[in-house]
Parts: sequence; C-alpha cells; structure tokens
Amino acid sequence: MAAFRRAGFELKDLSAETVIEAKGVGLVFQTDDGPVEALKGISLKIGRGEFVSFIGPSGCGKTTFLRAIAALEHPTAGSLTVNGMAPDEARRKRAYGYVFQAAGLYPWRTIAGNVQLPLEIIGFSRAERAERVARVLKLVDLDGFGKKFPWQLSGGMQQRASIARALAFDADILLMDEPFGALDEIVRDRLNEELLKLWAETGKTIGFVTHSIPEAVYLSTKIVVMSPRPGRITDVIESTLPRVRPLDIRDSPEFLAIAHRVREGLRAGHAYD
Amino acid sequence: MKSVLPILTVLMALVVLWYGATVLLNAQWTRDQAARAGVEVGFSEILRDTLSQTRPKLPAPHQVVAELWQSTWMEEVYGRRGIVQSGTLSNRSLIYHGWVTLSATMLGFAFGTGLGILLAVGIVHSKAMDLSVMPWAIASQTVPILAIAPMVIVVLASIGIKGLIPKAIIAAYLSFFPVLVGMVKGFRAPDAMQLDLLKTYNASRVGTFWRLRLPSSVPYLFASLKVGIAAALVGTIVGELPAGASAGLGARLLSGSYYGQTIQIWAALLAAATLAAGLVMIVGAVERVVLGRMGMRA
Repeated sequence: MAAFRRAGFELKDLSAETVIEAKGVGLVFQTDDGPVEALKGISLKIGRGEFVSFIGPSGCGKTTFLRAIAALEHPTAGSLTVNGMAPDEARRKRAYGYVFQAAGLYPWRTIAGNVQLPLEIIGFSRAERAERVARVLKLVDLDGFGKKFPWQLSGGMQQRASIARALAFDADILLMDEPFGALDEIVRDRLNEELLKLWAETGKTIGFVTHSIPEAVYLSTKIVVMSPRPGRITDVIESTLPRVRPLDIRDSPEFLAIAHRVREGLRAGHAYD
Repeated sequence: MKSVLPILTVLMALVVLWYGATVLLNAQWTRDQAARAGVEVGFSEILRDTLSQTRPKLPAPHQVVAELWQSTWMEEVYGRRGIVQSGTLSNRSLIYHGWVTLSATMLGFAFGTGLGILLAVGIVHSKAMDLSVMPWAIASQTVPILAIAPMVIVVLASIGIKGLIPKAIIAAYLSFFPVLVGMVKGFRAPDAMQLDLLKTYNASRVGTFWRLRLPSSVPYLFASLKVGIAAALVGTIVGELPAGASAGLGARLLSGSYYGQTIQIWAALLAAATLAAGLVMIVGAVERVVLGRMGMRA
C-alpha cells in the first residue's frame, strides 16, 4: 500500500506542478482538558488541477487540515506551503476561495450582493463586479436570482450561491469544507455533478472535505483517508476513474473497487471504533 | 386588529381598579369633612365626593383626562396665552412643557446613542477597552441618577451652561448604557464562520466592521434604542426636578407637588407616559422600515 502511495506521488510529481505541499504537519490544540493532537505527521502533495477529497470520521482532522491550508489554523509542527508560500501569505494574496458547510450568506444582502462581497473587499470596479457576478451566477446555474434575498432560496441554491462567491475572484484553489453535508441526497447528487462540470470548466485545484464515501469517490482524482486520535493519513488513493464522470459511473465495478478501498482505509484507521 | 380586544380589556380592568382605589383613598377626607360639619354621609355621597375632590389623594381617571384636555387643547385654542391668541405656546399648557422635555430628550438621546455606539466600537476592537470601559459603564448606572442630576445642573450652571444642555447630558447618561450593552452584543453577533470567511478574503478590520459587524448589529441597535429613548425621557424629567426649572414636564410635576395639585401631577405623568410610548413606537416604525429594506423581517 505504501509503495502504491509513493508511486502515486511520483507520478503526480512528474505530471503536475505542486500547489499544496505538507511535510510532517502536526497541530496541537491547547484546550481546558489539556492538549489535543488534531493532526500528526501529515505529508501530502496536491498538484495543479487535482480534485482531492479528505474523508474520515469526525475528529480525524480533515477540516482542521483544510483550515490549516487556508491559514485559519496554524500548524505546530512540520511545514506547509500553498503556491510555494506560507499559508498566511497565500491567504493575503487571496490564493483560494473557501466554501463552508453552511452557506453563510449575509441575510441583508441580495444573492448578487453576497457574491460580490469579496470583489468589494478586494476592490474591483463597479462594472467589473457586475460582469463577474453575472458570470459566476451563470456558472452555478443561478442566473436570474441575483436580486433575490437568501431566505427566498432553497438550501441547495444558497450553497450554490456561496460557491459562486468563492469563484468570483480569481483564486485558482477552491477549498470546500463539507459543502453539501447539510443537503438531502437528491440535491447533493445534482450539486456533485455540477461541481465536476465546474471543475472541468475552470481547471481549479479543489480540496474537498466530506464524510460520504460515494461523494469522495465520485468527485476525486485523489482520496485522502484519515483517522482520528491523533488525526493522521491512513491511505492516499489515486482514482483510476476517467475525468468525465456521468452519475451512473457509481455503479461501475471500478467505482465500487475504489469505494471498497476507502472503506478498508477507514477500517484500518480504527475509524469505526 | 385581534390585539385590540386584549389591550382594551386590560385597560378597562385598570380603569376599574383605579376608580376603586380612588374611592378607598379619598373616603377618609370625605368622612373627616362630614364629621367636622357634623353631618352623616351615606355611601352614595362618599362615592360622589371622592370622585370629584379638587385636591384628592388619588384623582379619578376622568379628572385626569379632563385636566389633560384642559391643559392642552382648551389652553392652546381658547386660552389668552394659547397659540391661537398669542402666537406662541402657552406656558400653562402641557404641549409647551412636553415640547421642552422632548427637545432635551432628543438631544440627550442623540448624545447617548452616539456615545454608546462609539464605546461599543472601542470595546469590540480593543482588548484594553473591553477590560477597562465596561466595569465603569456598569458602575455609572449603579449611582442613583437622582443624586447626580442636581450636581450636574449646578456644576454646569457655574460655568455658564444652562437650559437644554445639562438636561440632555443627564438624559445621555441614562441612555448610553442600553445602547452600549446592545451594540457590544450586536457587533459580536457574527459567528466564527462569518468572521473566517472575511479572513479568507483578507479583509481589514475596517472592512469587517462596515460589511459584517455593523449590519449584523442593526437588530440589536433598535432593541437598545427603544430602551434608550425611554431612559432619555426619564433622565430629562429627573434633570428638570432639582434645579427648579421653570419649564418641562419635570417642572410641572414639581410645581404640582409644591401646591398639592395631584390632578396636575397625574396629568403630567400621563403626558410623560404618552410621550414615551409615542417615542418607542416611532423607533419601532423606523425599525420595521430599516430591517425591511435590509431584507430582514422584523
């Protein structure tokens, strides 16, 4: 298994430029109950244009690792670079768009107003803001909803608006923390399909946290399986599925084989204890 | 309109209780008078007399209403000094006194709200202010306003500041506190996720304030303003009491108590209560409009 992983890395190293690189990253939270080791010895390379899923049970550190990439948490050991920079520097250069589990749209802004929030902060001109908002709303299939307020939209549409917001500026990394976790399965399937389309259109590098095995397998080019106490990587799986994936690919033997391996990885990490 | 019936029911109950209390409290005086005159009084005489004394312990509701009517509409329209005949508001009318109080209230409310918001901004953004200002703000409210008001009036008068400003300062002293507490809460209302989101855009503190903290605080602001404006009115009236001010609802209360004019006191009290209710309702109306425009349903 380790040989497979190493081989996978080397393959990527040759084919793509590394965007995110972690070497022995550890992160210890100081809590009232003493120190908690959230991450331990995380080493990983993510190449440009990859779709990487982080999967594991609660407390395995998948969200913490994503937040560390976004410089929202700060590793206490090892080294982590984003676009060759320290995460905080990358954050200041607006290297990534971040999508949270909740849409987190401002209730006092319309959908268009919410999508242009980062553009206002970055300082785009009014004309360019309007142009970009129209473009990304179209990208997430929300054109015509710009003037609506968030509460007038369904949960799935709100989450699409929040993805549009993350896409509105030119970050070429998209970090998504269980973005569809709160949605029902039918909406989730459709959004997964749209997300793949969007990924193909934009060529962004995507880091995606999930606890759904089918979701991880369906979306990813690389699946990182993690386990808790301390949060660590138990397996890294390079997907053999083609880049273009219809929904029914999930019934193919290849898909099931990868899903099986993810499940094995989770079990190996005593994730079900 | 479903809410009208319960309100009217409560009002009716209060009026009935008030009449009952009027009879009970004023009966002693009626009996004393009868005893002095050497006559026997029956229940119907007691009833009639207690509800129509000129200086009752507790005036009957209709007496207070009549006094209100007399000292507003009748005074201004038919009085020699009323606005119809003299062109200026009569100094014997509650409209004039109410206006004096209202203007100081509004000025104090504006001061207090501004101060409360400024302090809240400081507290939210500076750890040092968070630790140092709040205890003092709380301490300031534990000092009885009745004890401080005369000193404020006297000290300011000695440096030549009289009239509206001292009263407004006392009003501000009472009204800044609810605004401060509400706005600190409001500015801190955004959750960690919303703050993280702005962090991913590398937004500055100023940007975060204008785009997130301030809009989030608006519902809290209006809740505080409703308390604050009522507190400002109380502060103004208290400010009118000690210095023997010649105008204002507070002055009216004071002169009423000097001369035992209970009906005048109650009329002024009712005028103050009406004014407070009106002000709170205006703030509520503005709240509905503003939150509606912001896409939030109040």
